[in-house]
Amino acid sequence: MAYMHIGKDFTPPDVPGKVTGRIKYAEDYTREGMVYARLLTSPIPHARVLDIDASAALAMEGVHGILTADDVYPDGEPQSTGLKILTNEPTLVGEPILALAADSEKIAETAIAAISVTFERLPFVTDPLDSLLPDGADAYNGGNTFVFRQGFAQEKWTADQVASMRAGNEPTAEPQQTVEYGDLEASFAASSYVYEGTFTNAGYPHMSMEPRSALAYWEDGKLYLYGGSQSLTAFADGIAGIIGVPKADLVFINEATGGGFGQRARAGSVPVYGVPAKLSQKINRPVMMRVTREEEFTIGGARQGLTGWIKVGFKPDGVMAACDLWIVSDNGGKGGGADAYSAADCISVLYQADAVRFRGTAIGTNTAHRGAQRGPGQNQIAPIISPILDVAADELGISRFDIRKINTPMNGDVGGPQRTPFTSAYMPEALEMAREQFGWDERQSRRRQQNGSKVIGLGIGQGYHNAGRSGMDGIVMMGADGRLKVHNGVGNLGTYSYAAVSRAAAEVLKMPWDRVDIVTGRTDLHLPITSPQDGSNSIFTNTRTFYGAAQDMLAKMKEIAANDLGGAPEDYDISNERVHQIADDSVGMSFGEVAARGMELGGKYTGEAELPEELAEWTQIAADRLAGTGFMGIFHDPRHEGNPPGFTVTCCEIELDKETGKFEILDMIQIAEAGTIMHPKGMDNQLVGGAVWGIGLSALEQHLYDPQNGIPASTGYWQSKVPTYLDCPLKIDTGWVDLPDPENPVGARGVGEPAQGSVSAALTAAITDALDGHIFGASPITTSMILNHIAGTAEEAVELAQNNYRG
Amino acid sequence: MNPKLTRRRFIKGVIASGAAATTTAAWYSATGQERPSGFVERLVRINVNGQVRNVDVEPQETLASTLRYKLGLTGTKLGCNRGECGACTVLVNDVPTYACSVLTHSFKNDRIETVEGLESANGDLHPVQQAFVEELAPQCGYCTPGQVMAAVGLLRENPAPTRDEARHALSGNICRCGSYDSYLDGVMRAAELIG
Ligand code: FES
Ligand code: FES
Repeated sequence: MAYMHIGKDFTPPDVPGKVTGRIKYAEDYTREGMVYARLLTSPIPHARVLDIDASAALAMEGVHGILTADDVYPDGEPQSTGLKILTNEPTLVGEPILALAADSEKIAETAIAAISVTFERLPFVTDPLDSLLPDGADAYNGGNTFVFRQGFAQEKWTADQVASMRAGNEPTAEPQQTVEYGDLEASFAASSYVYEGTFTNAGYPHMSMEPRSALAYWEDGKLYLYGGSQSLTAFADGIAGIIGVPKADLVFINEATGGGFGQRARAGSVPVYGVPAKLSQKINRPVMMRVTREEEFTIGGARQGLTGWIKVGFKPDGVMAACDLWIVSDNGGKGGGADAYSAADCISVLYQADAVRFRGTAIGTNTAHRGAQRGPGQNQIAPIISPILDVAADELGISRFDIRKINTPMNGDVGGPQRTPFTSAYMPEALEMAREQFGWDERQSRRRQQNGSKVIGLGIGQGYHNAGRSGMDGIVMMGADGRLKVHNGVGNLGTYSYAAVSRAAAEVLKMPWDRVDIVTGRTDLHLPITSPQDGSNSIFTNTRTFYGAAQDMLAKMKEIAANDLGGAPEDYDISNERVHQIADDSVGMSFGEVAARGMELGGKYTGEAELPEELAEWTQIAADRLAGTGFMGIFHDPRHEGNPPGFTVTCCEIELDKETGKFEILDMIQIAEAGTIMHPKGMDNQLVGGAVWGIGLSALEQHLYDPQNGIPASTGYWQSKVPTYLDCPLKIDTGWVDLPDPENPVGARGVGEPAQGSVSAALTAAITDALDGHIFGASPITTSMILNHIAGTAEEAVELAQNNYRG
Repeated sequence: MNPKLTRRRFIKGVIASGAAATTTAAWYSATGQERPSGFVERLVRINVNGQVRNVDVEPQETLASTLRYKLGLTGTKLGCNRGECGACTVLVNDVPTYACSVLTHSFKNDRIETVEGLESANGDLHPVQQAFVEELAPQCGYCTPGQVMAAVGLLRENPAPTRDEARHALSGNICRCGSYDSYLDGVMRAAELIG
């Protein structure tokens, strides 16, 4: 289909501000009378605050006041996992206990040093398997796990059960969760190759480049909060509840966000914004809270670490017959997510196994807060499963490409334990495109070729994430100037999705892009609700809402024209910013004229009547405030059917040096299968950015905690080993299938998360290939693990571990 | 039940039982962390973006702090404030420098350039900025000013770098969004624009 905007490159309006430094992040703002907050954080991994004596600090000149958990939660702290604004019951080092505001940060720091906090030290643990031991410490007050709707509980195994899992055996304890489909036993019986082994995925921090600094002040009963988030209205909606301010009284200002990767999508991940908000309310001054890199590490979240056992069976023809997965998830100090379940779901989707069983238990440790991180679960399992497929292919005499093609999801298939049908799935096309563009077949002759100490490894991998939601709201406005205003609550986190989805509205109204304004950046511009911008959903979700809102405006334009100029609405079409009769295009009105006429007529044309009934409260507030101010198109999106998948395929070639254990990525290609491509350059960015994250996951990133004291040993960038330019290939090639999805009006789906998974899968497969098919069962595979393997260190000598070195 | 009362009661119990307790004051002295105690500002004269600026700075004040908080030049970002990420990169006499890791008073006789100083007088973007826009090099944009300054520094020294030379020149600038490939495309395009 020939589009005016869809599939074309454009410059999103925030890009010039990014290259000139003019665009503002939260910490770039100031406010007259602003004072500075510093945090006193827990130096102990698990403790209870017994007493706080701040009298000396409060007597210091330049100190304005303190905020404690007692101020924030006068009725007691919530008795559940999850980060709190402040706490008297810290469960990780670095958790904020109190905040102090002063004229300068130096005064605040000096005053904080004069505060005496008496802690009761409590037992702590840094590895979930240690906590499962009969006498293992519990990470939380009240247990080592949190059961939904039931509260804290204690989960213990026998020492033999823990030792048996550590030794590589299938756990025999009762899991907290079991999900299963198909006949597992019969499917394993039909398998001619079965792999079985344990694995670990290390947890590691999000390390967004912008720390979660925030500024807050109150004016006329309204809270003005400047912060960074992945979402705008969805985040504001949630943070209003956390702070306890009515939605109508919160103005959230968030022009740009320095990265999120899952950790700033939802307000529950950033409750610390409550500190400047509540401190400002208490001392009646604007409060700036600057967050340091170390603080960002401790409260900025981390990927869930997984300790698992996997058994996979393949039939003689290469079909994945069965996958049995048992995972102990590390929920860290503040509870975690559902990564383990998503890992099983991902295997079911990507390899269409006949039978899958997932068993899982989630255990807390006194380490970083765990929250969704780019492809949570799907991306941890990607580097684990990919080498298993390769070894199976070699054993069965099938090519490594063909085993993926044999098991590929495609149109008409279902996936996951719920057996949900795909809205569409063009993975076979993506595999073929990657094969051809990379020259996969031709490169096979180079496989495992030696050159001195160096050896070539080839890898192919696939990524998946559910990539689309629905049920949100859209608003577009127009004034007498005829410019289209897209009221956009999506949020600006760097994917440019907020801008790309606005083009769906421009497309419907055939508006030139320079006649379109995206209204965004602060919620007092009256923006509709949307889904949190996570889970690669934005493109699918928001093209639906903006397309719908523009369709509503288009229908209203035709109604007004028919009413004023004669005929029926169906007799009208639009072109060149005019609505005109189809039979005689000289009979018509300009968009500006029709908008002005709509404003005269009022009622449904200006949002003063006949609004969709199902609008979210947030949208309702926005619509009420916009009512009567312009010509309005408004839409509530109904729910879609099926699972809109985001898929990627990666091929890479590496050269691994057996003397140093290091490798270089010689070539890499990333292919996306994400429906219609909205914005090629934006897609390219997601693919190359995801690739860098995949390299980090497979080979570099992990956080470390001192098991003696529970203190994080890797709070900075270099210790966390975030990939640099030099860890990445010189050039990453990209491409896309570009076939439309029927559940989206422009055919588009998302892709941000799978882009990491497929690279991790391909890179780990390439490392395995270079080492003659050795399966490490780990992410990351560090240089020392590679060297230990080459030196012949038995894998069994390497204990399964979380939050500590493995290998 | 009032949690404060509960805790107070608990405190008594703990004190009576002699349970292990510690305090933050003790913690900081145990870890040897010094807390700041007073400071004196001195007027210094520095040359920023071609303008001489008089500014009161503390002896231990970093250039990044002066630029951001005293001169309002917030284009220079702080990602780590400890010399690990490059978000704060500025040019000092054309040399890319981490502004978070150098002290302002040591630059009295030097030429400091920040991202705000790159546009021409008529508002045209610098070729590096223009190329970064055309290549959609930034993602979240937080590392972008640092990447821009590192690229400008490179191209002044080496106007026609290879992609590999550019990658090495920019390797002190982390991009958590992983936009390295797009930044390198931008540097190569900027070299063409300049060339
Ligand atoms: S802020 Fe200066 S190097 Fe990170
Ligand atoms: S663009 Fe986000 S850190 Fe580089």
